[in-house]
Amino acid sequence: MLTRGARLAYLAPGLLWLGALLVVPCAILLVNSFFLRGVYGGIDYIWTVENYTRAADWLYLSIFLKSAKIAGLATLFAILIAYPAAWAIAQAPRRRQAALLVLVILPFWSNYLIRTYAWMVLLNREGLINEGLEAVGLIGEPLTLLNTEFAIVLGLVYNYLPFVILTIYAALARLDRSLIEASQDLGAPGWRTFLRVVLPLTLPGVAAGGVFVFVLSIGNFITPDLLGGQKIQMVGNLIYDQFLSARDWPFGAALATVLIMVMMMLLFAQAIAVNRGAGRREAREARP
Amino acid sequence: MQPTRTAAAAALLSAVLASPAAAEGLVISNWDGYMPPDLLERFTAETGIAAELAVHATNEEIMGKLVASGGTGFDIVFVSSPFAEALNALGLAAPIDPAKVPNLANLYPEAMELAHDPGNTYSIPYAWGTTGLCYRTDLVETAPTSWMDLLKPAASLEGKVTMLSTDRWLMGAAALALGKSLNDTSAETLEAEGALLIEAKEKLLAYDDTTFYAKLVSGEASLVHAWDGWCNYGIAENPEIAYVIPTEGSDLWVDTMVVMASSENKDAAMAFIDYVLGQETGVWVAENILYKTPNKVAMEALDPGLLEAFPNMAIPPAELIGYEQLRDLGEGQRDFSRKVTEVMAAQ
Repeated sequence: MLTRGARLAYLAPGLLWLGALLVVPCAILLVNSFFLRGVYGGIDYIWTVENYTRAADWLYLSIFLKSAKIAGLATLFAILIAYPAAWAIAQAPRRRQAALLVLVILPFWSNYLIRTYAWMVLLNREGLINEGLEAVGLIGEPLTLLNTEFAIVLGLVYNYLPFVILTIYAALARLDRSLIEASQDLGAPGWRTFLRVVLPLTLPGVAAGGVFVFVLSIGNFITPDLLGGQKIQMVGNLIYDQFLSARDWPFGAALATVLIMVMMMLLFAQAIAVNRGAGRREAREARP
Repeated sequence: MQPTRTAAAAALLSAVLASPAAAEGLVISNWDGYMPPDLLERFTAETGIAAELAVHATNEEIMGKLVASGGTGFDIVFVSSPFAEALNALGLAAPIDPAKVPNLANLYPEAMELAHDPGNTYSIPYAWGTTGLCYRTDLVETAPTSWMDLLKPAASLEGKVTMLSTDRWLMGAAALALGKSLNDTSAETLEAEGALLIEAKEKLLAYDDTTFYAKLVSGEASLVHAWDGWCNYGIAENPEIAYVIPTEGSDLWVDTMVVMASSENKDAAMAFIDYVLGQETGVWVAENILYKTPNKVAMEALDPGLLEAFPNMAIPPAELIGYEQLRDLGEGQRDFSRKVTEVMAAQ
């Protein structure tokens, strides 16, 4: 056991980092959201909740909902793709697993922006995918792939997939194999073993990965800008525009505060779900 | 003991905070690549005044820094005219002392009567130009002549046009098409502009204010909403590309130099502006970034071949000054921004 002082010393760098670079900026954001925009930009220090009543406008809510829909689709597809991949990796011989996991994170070795630009090169009307499909005669006219909601979801799934694979893999690697064997011995078909044994036990990993994708996607503004041709506005773009185009920092701060609240609630819900799962398991194990 | 310690700490802190402003020499913020790369070196060699360059990517970025810091840390900033206007309204811009800037005489007379600052009292124009249509003559059936050719494109151009995404120019296209002022933020004007832009959005390839000329060169787009100088980058790569100001007109955009009121080196700052207004810098701007400059002696020194290859370089100042300038929207900004969001969020 560490002494109180030693514990504090170990925690200090992390706490300072989070305090200075996360808590303080969020507090500034929160405070600014209760002031007014000056006529020429900047902030008039007059207390008001007006920015929040303005944010309750259907126009802004619809952008939140649209972002939630795009982030939700990205989460769904990421999980559907990641689960089998994580399963395959977890089933591979132990020595090969490490190599496969390196491959999963390999895309992170290049810049996010460059990877997203690569998709623009692939997806545009004169791009590789259209040219390829035309060359083999599958399509006559180029398809509109870029600058669509589809392209945004694709970009988000592509960029965040590794996180989901890793979290699900971690859950699968911890899974007790004897439970699967027991289920098979008792005559359960493969799909039932998966649904009743494997999936419930790995759900915390799925939830962690899913919340990760959702939270990162809903606030993303680069992918919708580049792959959506700026035609589809997500809440990240809305906030960005309030700060930079409209120079309305207080309103941008209010919108950002709402978004942060939504994200925090999701993370809380996920943490509670995980805790409850762990609690239930402990209770079960404690039973004679 | 306590108060003394606090006072000492405060003194130390303020010394640390003030040191960049108190440093000898000028701090200048400009867009990257918007002035000759060796300009500061040559300026220092000639005048003995040290100068340091900071770059900003957008007006909004430098504006954010200046508003947050009250202008300290910079002596001269390059910003577009509506932002110069806001800096002046916020009391952050220093008055220009014409006696210290004799090269003001190099400007066209039209450049001294700009609507945002007649007489150049707080801003000096650096480059100016128009916003119009840039297109591939070989990919459009008929040459565009009207803003409606962009907003309601012919069937063959659907999905092959782009519009600028920066809010003022985006809304400006609709304002010009409807014969409204670019600075009108009345409810009915915004309503009409919004409706027109939402309808136009269905036919758009994308909103784009950075790579539109590349889309023209690759053939991904056939007709784009463009600043004249940027259309020239397309023309340089493909002579089939042409620029036209629609019959309804254009805006006149002006990028300016502003001296900060907080500058402790105002005389040196005036000397820098005077240096920039010499012939050489203006010629460099025109030849290297293909922008027009309001510097008469520079424009007159240009190679006629350049004006021939890039016809929009030859738009006379008398025509430019006839176009409306974007002005800071002040109180109207909020309604304007909401309408822009409505357009951007429309399906």
